[in-house]
Amino acid sequence: MSRISEEQVKYVAHLARLSFSEEEIKTFTTQLDEIIGFAEQLNELDTEGIEPTTHVLDMYNVMRDDVVEPSLPREEALKNAPVQEDGQVKVPLIMEAD
Amino acid sequence: MSNFETIIGLEVHVELKTKTKAFCGCANEFGAPPNTHTCPICLGHPGVLPVLNRQAVDYAIKAALALNCDITRETKFDRKNYFYPDNPKAYQISQFDQPIGRNGYIEIEVDGKKKKIGVHRLHLEEDAGKLNHLEDGSGSLVDFNRVGTPLIEIVSEADMRTPQEAYAYLDKLKAIMQYIGVSDVKMEEGSLRCDANISIRPFGQTEFGTKTELKNLNSFTFVEKGLAYEERRQEKVLLSGGQVEQETRRYNDATKTTTLMRGKEGSDDYRYFPEPDIIKLKIDQEWIDRIEAEIPELPDARQQRYVEELGLTDYDAMVLTQAKTMSDFFESAISTGSDAKLIANWLMGDVSAYLNSNYKTIDEVPMTPEALAKLVKLIEEGTISSKIAKKVFKTLIEKGGDPEDIVKAKGLIQISDEGALHKLMDPILEANKQSMIDYKNGKDRALGFLVGQVMKESHGKANPNMVNKIILEEIEKL
Amino acid sequence: MPLFEEGLVRLKKKIHNKEIKASDLVDEAYARIGEVDGKVKAFLTLNEEAARDEARTIDEKGTADDALLLGMPIGIKDNLVTKGLRTTCASQILENYDPIFDATVIEKVKAQKAITIGKLNMDEFAMGSSTENSSMAITHNPWDLERVPGGSSGGSAASVAAGEVLFALGTDTGGSIRQPSAFCGVVGMKPTYGRVSRYGVVAFASSLDQVGTITRTVEDNAFLLETIAGLDPHDSTSADVKVPHYSAALTGDIKGLRVAVPKEYLGEGIDESVKDKIKAAIRQLEALGAVCEEVSLPHSKYAVPTYYILASSEASANLARFDGVRYGVRADSNDLIEMYKKSRSEGFGDEVKRRVMLGTFALSSGYYDAYYKKAQQVRTLIKQDFEKVLENHDIIVGPTTPTTAFKIGEKVDDPLTMYANDLLTIPVNLAGIPAISLPCGLADGLPVGLQMIGRPFGEKTLYRAAHAYEQTAGFKLAPAIKGAND
Repeated sequence: MSRISEEQVKYVAHLARLSFSEEEIKTFTTQLDEIIGFAEQLNELDTEGIEPTTHVLDMYNVMRDDVVEPSLPREEALKNAPVQEDGQVKVPLIMEAD
Repeated sequence: MSNFETIIGLEVHVELKTKTKAFCGCANEFGAPPNTHTCPICLGHPGVLPVLNRQAVDYAIKAALALNCDITRETKFDRKNYFYPDNPKAYQISQFDQPIGRNGYIEIEVDGKKKKIGVHRLHLEEDAGKLNHLEDGSGSLVDFNRVGTPLIEIVSEADMRTPQEAYAYLDKLKAIMQYIGVSDVKMEEGSLRCDANISIRPFGQTEFGTKTELKNLNSFTFVEKGLAYEERRQEKVLLSGGQVEQETRRYNDATKTTTLMRGKEGSDDYRYFPEPDIIKLKIDQEWIDRIEAEIPELPDARQQRYVEELGLTDYDAMVLTQAKTMSDFFESAISTGSDAKLIANWLMGDVSAYLNSNYKTIDEVPMTPEALAKLVKLIEEGTISSKIAKKVFKTLIEKGGDPEDIVKAKGLIQISDEGALHKLMDPILEANKQSMIDYKNGKDRALGFLVGQVMKESHGKANPNMVNKIILEEIEKL
Repeated sequence: MPLFEEGLVRLKKKIHNKEIKASDLVDEAYARIGEVDGKVKAFLTLNEEAARDEARTIDEKGTADDALLLGMPIGIKDNLVTKGLRTTCASQILENYDPIFDATVIEKVKAQKAITIGKLNMDEFAMGSSTENSSMAITHNPWDLERVPGGSSGGSAASVAAGEVLFALGTDTGGSIRQPSAFCGVVGMKPTYGRVSRYGVVAFASSLDQVGTITRTVEDNAFLLETIAGLDPHDSTSADVKVPHYSAALTGDIKGLRVAVPKEYLGEGIDESVKDKIKAAIRQLEALGAVCEEVSLPHSKYAVPTYYILASSEASANLARFDGVRYGVRADSNDLIEMYKKSRSEGFGDEVKRRVMLGTFALSSGYYDAYYKKAQQVRTLIKQDFEKVLENHDIIVGPTTPTTAFKIGEKVDDPLTMYANDLLTIPVNLAGIPAISLPCGLADGLPVGLQMIGRPFGEKTLYRAAHAYEQTAGFKLAPAIKGAND
């Protein structure tokens, strides 16, 4: 039984802002299905009541003081931007529905 | 009357006025030229890491406490994933299942009725950048200055039943944020933003109707108008046998209507997960106590004190405490010993009228609280008449200064000396003998005429009570 | 004899005594690169002009300088950002990226006057175990040019093994320092999570990534880690734990050291030739006075799937910023969403896409609890396994990899087999603890890596044990690069 459908792969690809040809979708569906099947080994383990580990370090409350540091000169900030105009980064028009 | 009950919930974003952004040291400042307050961190360059601003957390806790929330003692940050050009990392650092504050409330008053509106949650997150859409349609420009500004999102319970209640909730929320000093709460600068959820249901029905979300509500008035329009629209849909669709709608003030922005399918799958780059927060009692001690008297408490201790009316007390700047002005003015009611009357009357017609707030005019207090004292002591006082006030509020100096400089001191008054009045009375006789014969209006003549001749400086007295004495003598 | 064979301590002494100049070391690096890098292909970008300038500056005024790494030529993995020096992560999407700041580790090695020779090849965004996932070049193992150098820090390990630099920095998310170090016969340290700042490390999996050191000897490694370790105010996850003088720990004495040997690490799926070398190394440790005992890490077999869920999920968010807006390569389109999709699909290679897809899926609505949360819970179990064993043992010993270096192209089309190659290194990242890989001999002419795993912030003990072993192992780093003129 397959664990992930081509439709799901297309949905996930859209979420991740990736596009694939129909052929690639097929390949990815097969590969992801295998990997997910592999990951399902974890279901052998009873993890009821086990605390999830997000951080391995037992630390709390790491914060900085509210002190201003110099910002970048604009030219430096935008140096790598592929398209710019009037000191701003330009992007294709955003449709309302986006 | 409508057969439907309206259910409203509000989501409010408040920008915190920390000196720096939430996760980097760039200045948190409105109005700078585009892309001059950025660094690799807020621009989301490869390799950067966020470091949490302690002040932002303190402010969030402060806001949560002021809104009567329970503080989550162990909390964390999460990544909210979505692609948008104003969101450089393509995730926003936010709080998903452990908001800093929960289960609070705000007390509002509409038409003299008090009501508690629940605050479902309050969490800390970062703001996005600003998009400027080019008119030629060739694209949009992104300014990243605002990216990373600390925000608190305050989600109300669906406890409001009218657009007026929504307005009152926002007004009170704004006042509280101002009182505790965590934000400028200026809607025109975007430091306070509001989205509204609204649904209607037949009275008696327990389950909620389908709700719509309203956006582009750029003022409290828009919120009220947008909700009122939406209330009618939904009702019309239901009455015509249709169904309300779950969708996001945009308020358009030009037409006073709402229009469809996007349907339910557009709703995103944000894939929240714990932010691995930020360490958990433990908020202990000591931390809470420290913040609690910094919270000043809030509007509700002040309002109550104004009524109980200063004898103001409920309405005056409410209006005066709505904006912290006004309330602080009032407090300073009465601290000099001036009569609270008289000060309140001035603030509610001439001062408010001036501010409203000039689109100003009390902290934007040159008049100081001490000056207003002195002005009131000058009237009380009889140094100037209330008519003169209006002239002095005009100078005060436009140009500032000391009322005593203004009175002296313009020679506006009231004439109360009997001898001086006689000297002024005797020729007038002599010339208007007939009026005195008329009064004696029962023509009451004649007295007013005589007083008016004296006031005119004295340029308003004659003490009207004294003038009255002297005229009556002279009439007696006839 | 190449200067690099002498190691940091003697080279520094020679510089101080004016027997050699920093320029000699830099000369050797570029000469060797000129000689062999056409075959090894460890480097993506060279820093030659700046490096020679820096060397000259040191030559002119440097001999009194007691900077820890004075004049030492270092190679930098291309996922550590270097201001003004192109940083690509071996990805087309960053093909033209010119960083605007230095990673903290770069600032630190610069402060100690090491000289950056260039940026080293890797699997794209550190996703891979063979450096075949680089979109820029295939790096070859100096011991056998038909074989992979391992990955993802393949360029780092190969450059050190080939004698192109004295040492290199890498990153290790699931074995990316230790596995290539094992394959290339060099010493690779993955420090405790939080030991070294991650600021300026292009994030793959934030809760697992750690910068580490790849060197010819344990001693050099200790010095290099001493330089880069420590609390960094720019990294909230860096630990406020004092950095010991690791180099001072190299006493050669490991009498009474309690060594755990997990049976899972010498069981199924591990090549016999590898097992033989590891068993011999364990006997060697016993001969040195260590007390070895078999233990169990029962959840080891779940580490690989746990890792792939967690690392891919974090990666799906970490790599979302590569959207063609502020930097990197942007595909042409008038539509925003299409611009995103084209830029990312053209800019990322297959393995990156595969992991971004897996991670996006695991976090998506309805699947979070079944995959992501479950994996985080299993991570807890794996961590507890180590905690139990390390309560009664100073270090854990086993192989670094189940096999020696495999052939280029052998596993590239089979992601799951490739992933399985990391089964001995991944659990360490999940637990956040330190581990070092060092050579323990050759099997069929290819190096075998001995892995030593320690307690949190127990790098000092690892160095002591690794050094003691190294002194008696008699391993000689001497790959004969076929076709090179040496």
